[in-house]
This record gives sequence, C-alpha cells and structure tokens, in this order.
Amino acid sequence: MTMEPLILPPVPGLRGIDVYEAHGGYGMLRKAIAMKPEEVTDEVKKSGLRGRGGACFPTGLKWTFMPKQTDKQKYLCVNGDESEPGTFKDRQIFELNPHLLIEGAVIAAYAMGVGTIYLYIRGEYNKWIAMVQKAVDEAYARGYCGESILGSAFSTSFTVHRGAGAYICGEESSLMNSIEGERGYPRVKPPFPAQFGLWGCPTTINNVETIANVPVILRLGWEAYSKIGHPKHPGPILVGVSGHVNNPGVFELPTGVLLTDIIHKYAGGVPGNKKIKAVIPGGSSTMILRGEALEGVTMDAEGLKAAGSSVGTAGLIVMDEDTDLIRVLTRIAGFYHHESCGQCTPCREGTGWMHKILKRFERCEATTADLDLLLEVANNIEGNTICALGDAAAWPVQSMIKRFREEFEKRVKPTLVIASGTPVIASGAPVIASGGGAYGATTTKQSGLPVVIASGAAGATKQSG
Amino acid sequence: MFSEVSLKKIEELKKRYPRPQPVVLAALWMWQEEHGWISREGMVEVARLLGIPEHHVYGVVSFYTMFNSTPVGRHKIEVCTNVSCMLRNSDRIVRHIQDSLKVGVGGTTPDGRFTLVEAECLGSCGTAPMMQVGDEYYENLDEAKVDAILSSLK
Ligand SMILES: Cc1cc2nc3c(=O)[nH]c(=O)nc-3n(C[C@H](O)[C@H](O)[C@H](O)COP(=O)(O)O)c2cc1C
Ligand code: SF4
Ligand code: FES
Repeated sequence: MTMEPLILPPVPGLRGIDVYEAHGGYGMLRKAIAMKPEEVTDEVKKSGLRGRGGACFPTGLKWTFMPKQTDKQKYLCVNGDESEPGTFKDRQIFELNPHLLIEGAVIAAYAMGVGTIYLYIRGEYNKWIAMVQKAVDEAYARGYCGESILGSAFSTSFTVHRGAGAYICGEESSLMNSIEGERGYPRVKPPFPAQFGLWGCPTTINNVETIANVPVILRLGWEAYSKIGHPKHPGPILVGVSGHVNNPGVFELPTGVLLTDIIHKYAGGVPGNKKIKAVIPGGSSTMILRGEALEGVTMDAEGLKAAGSSVGTAGLIVMDEDTDLIRVLTRIAGFYHHESCGQCTPCREGTGWMHKILKRFERCEATTADLDLLLEVANNIEGNTICALGDAAAWPVQSMIKRFREEFEKRVKPTLVIASGTPVIASGAPVIASGGGAYGATTTKQSGLPVVIASGAAGATKQSG
Repeated sequence: MFSEVSLKKIEELKKRYPRPQPVVLAALWMWQEEHGWISREGMVEVARLLGIPEHHVYGVVSFYTMFNSTPVGRHKIEVCTNVSCMLRNSDRIVRHIQDSLKVGVGGTTPDGRFTLVEAECLGSCGTAPMMQVGDEYYENLDEAKVDAILSSLK
C-alpha cells in the first residue's frame, strides 16, 4: 500500500508561493472558479472525503447544509486549534504546505458562496501563524484571495485569528465564540452553525487537514481520490505517531493502513523490541486498545469502529509493556478536568471526580468500590453535556476499565486491619446520589476511603483525593 | 499604553470583522507582548479601544490560559507534561529545571528571569519531551539540552 504524498509532498521550499505555483499550485482554484459552485461541492461529496478534525463527518454533505439563498453573510472557519493530546499534524501543513490550505479554503468558500474565511490557529503556534500569515499575504498579492479572485466575480477575504490557550476552543461552537471575542464557551445545538453560526450567520467549520484535501480531490478527480485507501473513508490521512516508538512523527498514509504497519514499518517499532501494552489510536479522546488486539486493525473510521474505538485525529499513542496505564489515565483525566469550561455540571464536577478517584488508584489507596464509582461517574457524563468534551473525558476512562480492569485491581488498597485484628472490608463505600442531575449536590460528596484506625498496610496517613 | 504600531494594527484588524469585539484577543496579545503581562490598565485600554465593557475584557483574560494576569518572569518556560511527553519522561525535564533554577512549578526565580509552568499538549508529541519558551519550541529534550537552553536565555 504505497502512495505518493499528496498533502505533504517532499518538495523543498514548497512553503513559498513561487515553488508552490511551479508545482501546479493554485491551478485547482483556477479550475474550480471555471466550474459552477455546486459542481465543486458535488466533486467533494462524491470523493468520499470525511472530516479530519475528529468526527469523520462527510465534508461535501456538510457543505450542502449551507443555505444557497440568503441575504446574510456566510462564513467559513478553518479549525487549526489542534489541541487534542497526541495530535500534531495540522502544524505540519502550516509549516510545509500552507498554500495548499489557503487554496483549499478559497475553493471551499467558492463552493459555498462564502465571502469571509477565518483560520483559527491555537495561540501557542505563533511561529507557525507567522508562516501561514506570510503565505496569506503572498496569496493576496497574487490575487488568490481578496476582491475578484483571478478576475472572476468571486471575492473572499482570508483572516488568521490567533487563539490564546484553551483546548475547548477547538470545539466548533466554542471556536466561533472565540472568534467573536467571547470566552470560548460551547453553544447548545441546535441551532447548527450552517443556520446560525458566527454572528448568527450561516457558517461552516472544517479542520485544516480536511480543507487541505480539497485541491487534491480536484486534481485527481473524485473517482481516483475515492480509490485511495478505505472505500468508506478514503484519501490520504496524516497519522501522527508518538510515545514508545523508535521513529515518531507524522506520516501521510492512505486510510485503511494497518495499525501494526504504522507502528512497525513507518514509526520504526518499539524501542528495545518491547511488547506493546496499549495504544490510543486517535488522540487522547479515543478509546484505548490492548496491544494484543491490534492485529488486522486499520486506521479508518470503519476499522477502528469495529475494534471498539475511533479515528479521532489519527494521533496514535503507543505504550510499551512497562507503561503504568493508571498514571496515563490519571494524566488524561487531569487534562479534561483542567479544560472543562464548566458550563455543564456533569462535565465540570464529573471530570474532577474522575481525576480525584484516579489519583487514589495511582497511589494504591483506592477501594474496589472506587472502581464502580469511577465507571458510574463516566457513564453519567457521557451523553449528558452540551458539547462532546464530556464524552471525550468519559471514553478513555470507560475503555480503560473495560479493557484493562486488572490494572485497577492491582492498585486497590490491601484490606485494612483494625488494631484488634478484625479485618474490615472497605466500608464507607462512596455513594453517588441517584436520580439524574444530582451532581454537585453536597450530599454526594464522599471521602471514598474507609476510616483507618490502624493499618497493616502503608499509606494510612495520606489524605484522600 | 499601546505603541503606535500596535494601535495601527488594531485599527487595521477591526476592518477584518463586522464589529470591533473580535479584535479583543489580538489586542490583548499585543499588550502582553509589549508589557509581559496584562494589567488592569491594559484591560481598560483594550476595552476603550474596542468600545466594549471592561468586565468583558477581564472575562476574556481570565478564560484563556496564555494571558498572564499577573507578572511573570522574562522567560516563561512551559514544559508539556501531557501523555505523549509523559511517556518520554517529561517529568525528568520538569525536575531537572526545578533543580537547576531552584524554583517550583508555578514559581518565578527571584531575579525575575524565569517562570516555570507545566503545560497541556503543545502539538509537538512526536518530538517529545518538549517545552515552549516564548514563541520558541524546544523539542527532543534531555537534561544537557535543557542546560544549554537555559544558559542561552538571559
Ligand atoms: C473538545 C473538542 C475539541 C475539538 N478540537 C478540535 C481541534 O482542535 N481541531 C479540529 O479541527 N476539530 C476539533 N474538534 C472537532 C470540531 O468540533 C469540528 O467537528 C471539526 O473542526 C469539524 O471539521 P471536520 O468536519 O473537517 O472534521 C473538537 C471537538 C471537541 C468536542
Ligand atoms: S461538556 Fe464540558 S466543556 Fe463542553 S460545554 Fe459542557 S462543561 Fe463545557
Ligand atoms: S503531549 Fe506533549 S506536545 Fe503533545
């Protein structure tokens, strides 16, 4: 399964507009503008391109949600917030091929009749923002952005908008609030952005890599594009590999590539030839898989769904046999707690609880009841929140408990012994208030740890949580 | 006060949006770049320039983690400790910096040169462990590399 790199071709100096043009750059914009907007959308639709921002939503279909007749401004937001742990692919596009992104965005704007493009880039990427801004200036200077593009009646502006540090701003409605100069709180949906987006106007949000695929589709034609990789999720995909591999990095591969090939053929295998204990296939929000269960699993929406996970951002994190998975999960839980915007009680409180409980496991101070509680908290977050950050926080916990239960059991505190010698089963098992929406009620607060009078086991003096 | 250059940039940016408020992030960035952190004075000034309430600017500053609402050292060292970096021993990097600078996480050295913080994933997981200082990314770190970087930052 080989493929010429289409998104990140190894052409020296491609970041500059002269080299980009010399390699056919902006030819697809020219081609698009000679087509009808609907024909462009149709091409993208038939290509089978699905969003690379995490949810794999069909891109052409999303574009058709934009109203054709409207007296409102229409907007395209290109999502370069890239803050999902384990994800570092969009940065490669900013650095190596920013004009492909700009060309794709202007084509998308043309297809949807959009007059204003905002490219939102996370604040930490200031160096890359400068690279992209330079490319945007070049594109303006040559008439690929701005008024009457390539002498046509079509005009669209292109503005780079710098974020300021908040994972949640990658969520599409939060991103729009952030562009509006608000705090980055997600909005309740519906209404959906295509009806009521930026300033209440029709808006489409697409990931950076998704947009970079658009000129490629026009160049190859939808038919040839749809034959790359997995038929139900075709195209090149930027797979970022990190963790315990010899050769980490971003690899452009056809979808449908075997995870084991990604790890061994491209990322150079595991240092010291150690066994793989686990992988997180698509950024920290996706469900963890056991190392023994990787045979035959492919990097595409269908393959990972069948394996009980998802593609997410294709940020593959590899963990060798010596990895302390409880520590990994505790760190992930801490991340979601830190990044929760606090609007929904299940997410705000639940992420904090999960982190706290996991810290008890990390210190071997948890009880078996803590495991049930942990799962119950995760289950109560999932599906009960305004945005998908809640789910993203629940899935790693749920999947770790399901697939690595023994790791938790190993960390349960040994049976405690009262001075008299009577063994005590961890009583005081935490009680979660039942009946929906009880999160945060003071009655649900629990210590989680039985009171220890004297203990044969270590750690009795430590505070819980 | 904003520099003339920034004032001009803010005016230019306002044309990019249907109303002035979206420029709040960019304006705060400019203030922070000029002053190192965002004081009350900065927020008042941004609010005035954009014609938005002061409390709104304050709300924005407090929401986004990259805005410093208190003074920080000349160099803010942000070590990523999220999963991919953790798997590649970012904790050792944090400890090493703590030991060399004699400062805890969240602290600033007495000479005001460095502030040390732990960061969430910075999009550099393939070159872990890593840290960011100012706009610069320092990747594939080890102790010796950290020493060289720290001594180069005056
Ligand atoms: C908490 C959270 C964070 C997200 N972060 C990003 C991000 O950094 N970049 C991104 O493209 N999409 C992110 N998404 C997904 C976006 O909401 C949206 O689905 C995506 O940008 C759509 O683009 P696509 O259809 O091209 O994939 C995030 C979603 C959630 C719930
Ligand atoms: S799910 Fe979490 S991050 Fe999303 S809106 Fe609710 S509180 Fe905020
Ligand atoms: S986990 Fe450290 S940069 Fe991504």
